[in-house]
Amino acid sequence: MNAVSTIARARGTKRHVLPGFGLTLGFTLTYLGFIVLIPLAVLFVQAAGAGGARFVGELTNPRTLSAFRVSFETAFVAACLNAAFGLLIAWVLVRYRFPGRRFVDALIDLPFGLPTAVAGISLTTLYASTGWLGRPLAALDIHVAFTRLGILVALVFVGLPFVVRTVEPVLRDFDRELEEAAALLGANRAHIVARVILPPLVPALLTGFTLAFARAIGEYGSVIFIAGNMPGLTEILPLLIVIKLEQFDYAGATVIAALMLVASFVLLLAINLLQGWMRRRQGG
Amino acid sequence: MPIHRRARSLAALLFALLALWPRPSAAETSLLNVSYDPTRRFYAAVNKAFVTRWLAEHGQNVRIYQSHGGSGAQARAVTYGLEADVVTLALASDIDAIAARSDLLPKDWQSRRPHNSAPYVSTIVFVVRKGNPRGIHDWPDLIKPGVQIVTPNPKTSGGARWNYLAAWGYALRHGGGGEDKAKDFVGALYRNAPVLDTGARGSTVTFVRRGIGDVLIAWENEALLAVEETAKGELEVIAPSLSILAEPPVAIVDKVVERRGTRALAEAYLNFLYTPEGQQLAAENYLRPSDPQIFLAYGQRFPKVEMLTIADFGGWPAAQKKHFGDSGIFDQVYRPGS
Amino acid sequence: MADGFALARRPDRGMSAPPRVRLPLSEPALMRGAMLALALAFLGVFLVLPLTVVFAEAFSQGARVYFAALTEPEAIAAIRLTVLTAAICVPLNTAFGLAAAWSITKFEFPGKSLLLTLIDLPFSVSPVVAGLVYVLLFGLQGLFGTWLVEHGIKIIFAVPGIALATLFVTLPFVARELIPLMDSQGTTQEEAALVLGANGRQTFLRVTLPSIKWGLLYGVLLCNGRAIGEFGAVAVVSGHIIGLTNTMPLHIEVLYNDYAFAASFAVASLLTLMALVTLAMKTILEWRVGRAAAIHVH
Repeated sequence: MNAVSTIARARGTKRHVLPGFGLTLGFTLTYLGFIVLIPLAVLFVQAAGAGGARFVGELTNPRTLSAFRVSFETAFVAACLNAAFGLLIAWVLVRYRFPGRRFVDALIDLPFGLPTAVAGISLTTLYASTGWLGRPLAALDIHVAFTRLGILVALVFVGLPFVVRTVEPVLRDFDRELEEAAALLGANRAHIVARVILPPLVPALLTGFTLAFARAIGEYGSVIFIAGNMPGLTEILPLLIVIKLEQFDYAGATVIAALMLVASFVLLLAINLLQGWMRRRQGG
Repeated sequence: MPIHRRARSLAALLFALLALWPRPSAAETSLLNVSYDPTRRFYAAVNKAFVTRWLAEHGQNVRIYQSHGGSGAQARAVTYGLEADVVTLALASDIDAIAARSDLLPKDWQSRRPHNSAPYVSTIVFVVRKGNPRGIHDWPDLIKPGVQIVTPNPKTSGGARWNYLAAWGYALRHGGGGEDKAKDFVGALYRNAPVLDTGARGSTVTFVRRGIGDVLIAWENEALLAVEETAKGELEVIAPSLSILAEPPVAIVDKVVERRGTRALAEAYLNFLYTPEGQQLAAENYLRPSDPQIFLAYGQRFPKVEMLTIADFGGWPAAQKKHFGDSGIFDQVYRPGS
Repeated sequence: MADGFALARRPDRGMSAPPRVRLPLSEPALMRGAMLALALAFLGVFLVLPLTVVFAEAFSQGARVYFAALTEPEAIAAIRLTVLTAAICVPLNTAFGLAAAWSITKFEFPGKSLLLTLIDLPFSVSPVVAGLVYVLLFGLQGLFGTWLVEHGIKIIFAVPGIALATLFVTLPFVARELIPLMDSQGTTQEEAALVLGANGRQTFLRVTLPSIKWGLLYGVLLCNGRAIGEFGAVAVVSGHIIGLTNTMPLHIEVLYNDYAFAASFAVASLLTLMALVTLAMKTILEWRVGRAAAIHVH
């Protein structure tokens, strides 16, 4: 027991040294409860109220299933691409010196701050068959806009900063002496990279991947302009929810939303576990 | 400056901003017109003209707000709280639905205005791409294998339902097999539809911007507007041999205008649509004016089409239930994603 | 080691000096060049090009159309609504972030990690779902629907609904910045202040706030950026009343679907400029924090 807590006890505070616990925690919980928890609880109640048959019916509906497939598959591939390129970009930013490096580093956060609708219309214009990139690609018979490829492009865009920003600090803190030691012991460059540098990056890489994946599944604004929105082919889950809402099929919308929510929660847990692993690896 | 003083001045600035937030003053009255999807251009013009006229006649500044979307979706929104002073939707059935599900307006609303409360009418036509590469000339061409058609979702869009009924009407007359053949026809039609947008404008965007589909089934005014807005020759309008007289009605939402005290304004607004000025604006926006004289004056911009009417389908209540209700014929034939 | 290599000199027969070795401390120059080129090409395609397109399209019909698009009444109404939404959501979520960070980092209590997960929840939920939950609560057929209509209170299809949906999606931003920051700072400074006789308010204002001010500002910037750019959640609750319940992102969609592409991109360019300014401020902040951290002794 230190002097501070002795004094605190003398003052009559029971458990905590610093004041304001009750106030701040109370406010936090109330705010969180009203803005987030109660509405989400209502969603689950409504989804449950739809009844088991409706639930299963919605789940086995081919349109819903293909929307799940479209959303999850494109999100996965996009997150993989972001992992690979994110690692590359983080490497280049941390380890190489080149003119404009600071500018490029700042630019990485652009997808994070750019409104999704703006990203949506600009990507669509870029990749449409009359666009700057779309035209040459169309000449090669590659169609991006209004296909799954378009969804992929949009999701790669929105997920770009996640891996870079989680890997960068770990790479920056990496102890060069380990590299030098390995080199002195006779390892070649490839060996050093693969066995010495990359392994500590794995938790950060996985965390970034999961963050990008979670973001990509729920993304709406950037995707609906560039996707074809064709059921069974290029219809994403959030769009299906909106369509059901517009048809006032609230039961259907809540069922899908509840499933998406469960997926989000699972991913969030995974992220938190990974981040804990990351902290332990760095600390230990 | 210490941080808490900075925070306080920031807070003061924010409160000042909110206090200066423009609030509709007591003098400024407003109307909300909840409309269907393709009428943005038209009502922008109408509102401008009407506001000028009202200012000249009554010396009062008014504002007309617009909301656009699929007609069915808009009707449900109004039933569920979207505070519309007037509704100008795509078909009588949607306004009937508002009357049936709430007490916002009386069930005999349609007889309150001339021409079945439809100051303008339209019809259904096809839009194809330059040169008509697929050779689309009439309904049977739409169900050929490999042809992709673009049409909106009948569950949410009014135009989509007119499209469907026109197809059904054609199939009944020329299918030679009665209802069963007609059902096969619309089934084949929707099998050729890769995507159903929520509203007519969404379908137009899909066809024109996204380049999806070989033929768009659309409102006549929407089709002609698309042709006007794109490069010359890029799109062609094809009139089918048989179509349907699409009557988009208008109505006052009594409960809302009483609550807001805007009945006089709303009545004047809807009456304006029937005046020569209003009818001319309709014609300029490719809507067929109900006034026969003005229609004659603008006759050359509208293709000649033989039209069925909703009466040929037993009226909207029967048609809505039979085709578009839960487990109706559309539900039976449309299998998305498979 | 300028180029990552320590050059070798062949060891003499005489073995006078220790052999120097060529250490592979960096990739071969050719590979470095290739990696750099690939990374920059990727960023060029995915970041720079879309950015350029926004401005190119915005001005594609000339400066007059550009400014007309930004000054027409519906655009101004959209801008006002966007600013109002941000003015509501950012201070509220900042207060939340401060309270949450204070309670989580300065005290010990069970269930802390659950609370952290819950705070992060809006971050991983689809914005469409965020809008949906409020429609379920306050729409006419929702939980409070009839009660709201009876009392003439409009939430869905009106500004309060938009504010609520935006509040939901921007909730975690400030908290997420402050929590790790305050966690790493610990409680020693605040405890010292207490010992010296300060009360809670003074401690918070004079001790805590100054040491977190850059993180706080960063969080506020991120929160603001998301609040003005939110699309999915607002699209669900707004009712699309042009001139009344259309925020800037929704207005962009309306213009885009109405063939007014240059106008749509004009409004988009305004939002992009705001995003770029946020980005620039954030970078400047990081440089300052970098410098400050070098001076500060923890």
